[in-house]
Amino acid sequence: MSRNTPVTDPPATPEEPGARRDPRLLETAASPSGWWAAIKRNVRAGELGAAPVIIGLLLIALVFQGLNDRFLSPQNLSNLTVQIAAIGLMTTGVIVVLLLGEIDLSIGSVAGLSAAILAVTVMRHGWPEWAGIAAALGVGLLVGLFHGFVFAKIGVPAFVVTLAGLLGWQGLHLWVMSPDGTINTRSEGLIASLTQTYFVPWIGWFLVLVTLTVYLAASLATESGRRTSGLPYRPLAETLLRTGLLAVPLVVGVWILNQHNGLPLAFLIFVGAVVVLDLMLRKTRYGRMIYAVGGNAEAARRAGINTVLIRISVFGIASTLAALGGVMLVSRNIAASTTTGGGSELMMAIAAAVIGGTSLFGGRGNAYSALLGGLVLGAITSGLLLLPGVDTSVRFMITAAVLLVAVIIDAASRRGRATHARGGG
Amino acid sequence: MSTPVLELSGISKTFGAVRALDEVDLHVQEGEVVALLGDNGAGKSTLVKVIAGAHAADTGGTVAWDGRAVDISAPADAQRLGIATIYQDLALCDNLDIVANLFLGNEHLHFPGTLDEVEMERRAWELLRSLSVDIPDLRVPVASLSGGQRQIVAIARALLGKPRVVMLDEPTAALGVAQTAQVLDLIEQLRDQGLGVILISHNMADVRAVADRAAVLRLGRNAGDFPIAGTSYEEIVAAITGAADNPVARRDGRQTTGAEESR
Repeated sequence: MSRNTPVTDPPATPEEPGARRDPRLLETAASPSGWWAAIKRNVRAGELGAAPVIIGLLLIALVFQGLNDRFLSPQNLSNLTVQIAAIGLMTTGVIVVLLLGEIDLSIGSVAGLSAAILAVTVMRHGWPEWAGIAAALGVGLLVGLFHGFVFAKIGVPAFVVTLAGLLGWQGLHLWVMSPDGTINTRSEGLIASLTQTYFVPWIGWFLVLVTLTVYLAASLATESGRRTSGLPYRPLAETLLRTGLLAVPLVVGVWILNQHNGLPLAFLIFVGAVVVLDLMLRKTRYGRMIYAVGGNAEAARRAGINTVLIRISVFGIASTLAALGGVMLVSRNIAASTTTGGGSELMMAIAAAVIGGTSLFGGRGNAYSALLGGLVLGAITSGLLLLPGVDTSVRFMITAAVLLVAVIIDAASRRGRATHARGGG
Repeated sequence: MSTPVLELSGISKTFGAVRALDEVDLHVQEGEVVALLGDNGAGKSTLVKVIAGAHAADTGGTVAWDGRAVDISAPADAQRLGIATIYQDLALCDNLDIVANLFLGNEHLHFPGTLDEVEMERRAWELLRSLSVDIPDLRVPVASLSGGQRQIVAIARALLGKPRVVMLDEPTAALGVAQTAQVLDLIEQLRDQGLGVILISHNMADVRAVADRAAVLRLGRNAGDFPIAGTSYEEIVAAITGAADNPVARRDGRQTTGAEESR
């Protein structure tokens, strides 16, 4: 919701600071043709936002629907949302670390360790399921704080710290699980309910209504605050238009999910984590500090920001979210095994973050990358499963191609920003 | 003479085998512009970083604030005292917009702890307007600004903390003629508001234009402290280079002779 383009400014506000604008700055007329001109200008300047991902997602949907008309069926889409929840949560953790300009290679192993701890405490030692989940998340947090400490305080590159973590926590995972190869969990109860619960239709609609109301109210409050403070503000029509644009995916999504079993709890947990993370990143001082450290750590340090604490806490958040991803893996498989989290989860989580639009170089990206990137990868996986004779090999190759395209778009748009004086990352 | 707002005595700083600062003294009064001069490697930037808390000085020296001994071991200590530093590299976060950079580390918050963007943007406009600065849009990433605009953002950020001492490291080095004049005006405005200004510059014209006093460093040691009024350009250059017979004087001499010969 940034205002870093002139598109949002009212054309004539004489007594406002906007009136003192640089005459070289192009003004945008508040009309459809003015908006269209601004969009074209932004595209040339590399301000693509989420557009390439959304277009990609629509293309993927069209292609797979053409190959198999079950792809866009409510049942398949509902399954898709549950499938992407676990890796999606891991992706949200990866994103916070990427915003710092660092990488966390250990999230798959941490998810596996978390799964093992959950299964062992609950099934072998008879802990209540909530206590097992708390233990798994707690261990995830401690692991992340440890990574952050070794990285930020001792100065070992995060790549090496988390590479050691990738090996080490997988080792601990195997040690915790032994002698069992697989521990089955209960098919009913709190753990299983995480991925088996679907909400009745009215709850989905209720959430849509609450979300849109809160968004509209918050936008109106912000814009009226800007207006009374004499700042450039968005016209009412644009605020309504933005709320309307937000309503489209929410209404369509809930409508489709309600045709199957209703809104899945797993997807709600994932989206909830994304929204909370987004608000934390954009609206709080802590989030601002994360962007600052990712953009210019030395400048952040000189501004009095405790960069060590920020880095340690970010790794803590990442590993906790990875551990939550591990809990969701157990819930979905109704079992933890020695291979949980050890497969393609790490690669998929990082790929989803990048495909969603978060820069690998720090300071640029947002929480919604997890949702968009997760949906793209989930759609590819789900679409290929519907095709006969296509296995993992093809899925990996197609995912790789999509990842490359995403990075190429990112690199090209970065060049566009450099030549159009937009900067960033 | 009143007590200096900031007074350093016997400050040393060693990096490995290099003694960057050796028993350096420096003081600045309220409403005074002190030019900190010295050739490359004289220790100016190191001294600035010590005052700003970015480098901890070796033990032995003392720092006094309003005559009271204080300890500056972190940037936050210097900020709390009221020392603002604008580094040569400006220390801006390129990925953040102007408002975010201005308030970095000192964000205005709503009650539940969220950022008060409206208030910050309003104050940013006020501040920049009071400095007669034209920046079209405060919500563009700092990476997209010109060198002069970046310098102004960095100075404006320093002023938000209501400092009593402002340190400027080569503020005009990368600026055009008009923007240099604007920055010099700004420095005079700071002095008239009763702030102590420590100005590092290689540009003797700038120094003579705004500074009241010149403190010279050479090879990490004090090499003189001159009132600008009543000190010749040659005396200051001699202190900077450490000899009356220095490349600058030789070059000036050559140019005089050359001019005579061609006549």
